[in-house]
Amino acid sequence: MKVKNSQKISLFHIAWKNLARKKTRSLLTVVGIALATWVLISLFGFNSGYKNSLDRDIDNLGFQMLVVAKGCPYEAATLMLKGGTGLKYMNEDVVRLIVREPEVESVTPMLMQVVFDPNKGQSGGLTAFLGVDPASFPRLKPGLSFKQGGWFTDPAALEVVMGYEAAELEQREVGDLYLIPEKNIELKVVGVLGRSGTQDDGTIFLPLQTLQKIFGQEGQLTSVGIKVSKEANLAEFEEKMFKLPDVQVVSLTQVKTTIMTLVSTARILVFSIALIAILISIMGVINTVLMSVMERQKEIGILKAMGALAGDVFRLVWLETSLLCLMGGVLGAALALGTSRLTEYLIRKLLPFAPSGGLISIGATLILTAIGAVVLLGLLSGIYPAFRAARMRPLEAIRSEEE
Amino acid sequence: MKATTAIIEAENIKRIYKRGAEEIAAIDGLSLTVNRGDFTAFVGPSGSGKTTLLNLLGCLDNPSAGKLVVNGRTVHENGRGLSESQLTRIRRELFGYIFQKFYLIPTLTVLENVLVPFTFFRKEGAGQDVRQLLKKLGLEGRMNHLPAELSGGEMQRVAIARALVNRPEVLLADEPTGNLDSERSLEIGQVLKKLNEEEGLTVLLVTHNIELARTARVIIGLKDGKISQAR
Repeated sequence: MKVKNSQKISLFHIAWKNLARKKTRSLLTVVGIALATWVLISLFGFNSGYKNSLDRDIDNLGFQMLVVAKGCPYEAATLMLKGGTGLKYMNEDVVRLIVREPEVESVTPMLMQVVFDPNKGQSGGLTAFLGVDPASFPRLKPGLSFKQGGWFTDPAALEVVMGYEAAELEQREVGDLYLIPEKNIELKVVGVLGRSGTQDDGTIFLPLQTLQKIFGQEGQLTSVGIKVSKEANLAEFEEKMFKLPDVQVVSLTQVKTTIMTLVSTARILVFSIALIAILISIMGVINTVLMSVMERQKEIGILKAMGALAGDVFRLVWLETSLLCLMGGVLGAALALGTSRLTEYLIRKLLPFAPSGGLISIGATLILTAIGAVVLLGLLSGIYPAFRAARMRPLEAIRSEEE
Repeated sequence: MKATTAIIEAENIKRIYKRGAEEIAAIDGLSLTVNRGDFTAFVGPSGSGKTTLLNLLGCLDNPSAGKLVVNGRTVHENGRGLSESQLTRIRRELFGYIFQKFYLIPTLTVLENVLVPFTFFRKEGAGQDVRQLLKKLGLEGRMNHLPAELSGGEMQRVAIARALVNRPEVLLADEPTGNLDSERSLEIGQVLKKLNEEEGLTVLLVTHNIELARTARVIIGLKDGKISQAR
């Protein structure tokens, strides 16, 4: 930097040049802070991204509540874990009871059946079939898209719509035939759904009446999806549903809360690790700045002899700390942004359940808050070294080397 | 024009250091008056109290006893002295310091090093003639060089420029040529003499080098914390 005559050197310039003296040490300190900031931003980004994706997935389900026969597993994963057994049924009349309630906007009755397919995998496996009402189900599942074809042509048609993964596994396309194991009934594939990231991907859909007939469950249902109006009080409505005979109510808000509680527990553990990483990097900052102060005792003594007050020296050392933390914070934010896809990939591999869509959401507010927090922590950690430097008496500082 | 009014008056000052139960008098009841425009060299063997005396006169240290008046203000009397911040304010108004080691900031250029005092304090009217000052000290071609690119003599001249940039009334030089060869030592001596004669700058010099001491107008010999001879 060229300095014009009669110009003064800014405190910032002196602080910057001081840090440049021990480049490797300053760089390592900045990297330490950057790594801690990276972890911090990624974690907060994950927290917000995961919640948003889960909200979106639940909105895509189309209904906020399921009424299922008492004791019946209400989602495919649990059913599979139970080996496809334990299905309970309720009469179709329950739909009429439900739609009487003023809060109900629409309903869709469903029947789930599971069969053992000896040709699935190496030693056979379970296949889940979901019988849905072709009129109401697509309306309540606006998030579903088709890779090929579309929904059934008739409420009693011998047709299937396959979930994305089910079609891949069975190697079926629109126009192919599909044989239901154990039943020896062939159905025509009329649609293949796009990937949704939900359990729908592994499900084979049939018209409700067709499935009831094939499995001899006429008039029976396993669940009813309910969409309530936006103004409705969910808790009050839930109470009403509980009064229906032989049913249980599953609120998807509850499901979401349960998942978020599980995720929060894991998050607390990871946050603790991040906090330790931050504390370690802050200790690194204190060590770096303190070492730098001790090495420059004579120089600080000269500055004080030249007229620098204790406050001037304090500000100089504090500025050096802030610069280290600011650089570390900015680098950490850039790392978090640059590696968010990789981080998401790793998290997806580690998590037993991950919603579709982005898992990490890093916004400007998060970045600015994280950098601000790191600089604030840096300022706090700089107090002690700055105080040590500021209270040095010039003569003692100048003499220090000889002692 | 050289004024003859006193700028520093020391009356029976002592500086006692404690080492365990033992008390060592580095300065032992010394009285001295420094007038504006003086060029005084303090000489004496190691441990005679030269540097301690310079530090006391330059307000870098407080006497243990006696009275010290600087520029008409009582800095210390009867064991009571000014606070560190009050001493800093006196130092930056009145004194410039140079030491055996130059203590330049290695990552700043010559010009930047000279301008550093202005970061903390700028005396009214100071800083208008920094390039002129550097030219006078033979550093005009070195302004954008780093200290590592300079010779020992040049580094000390930068330290002198830094000490003078705020137009001090008194320049305190503690073994300024301790790290230089005899030729460079005399060169620094001539610089100090010129500053005293042409600018009327009061110079207090501590040195082991008798040749350098001879550039001063007054030489004071110290022994055991007392004045042993003066000429």
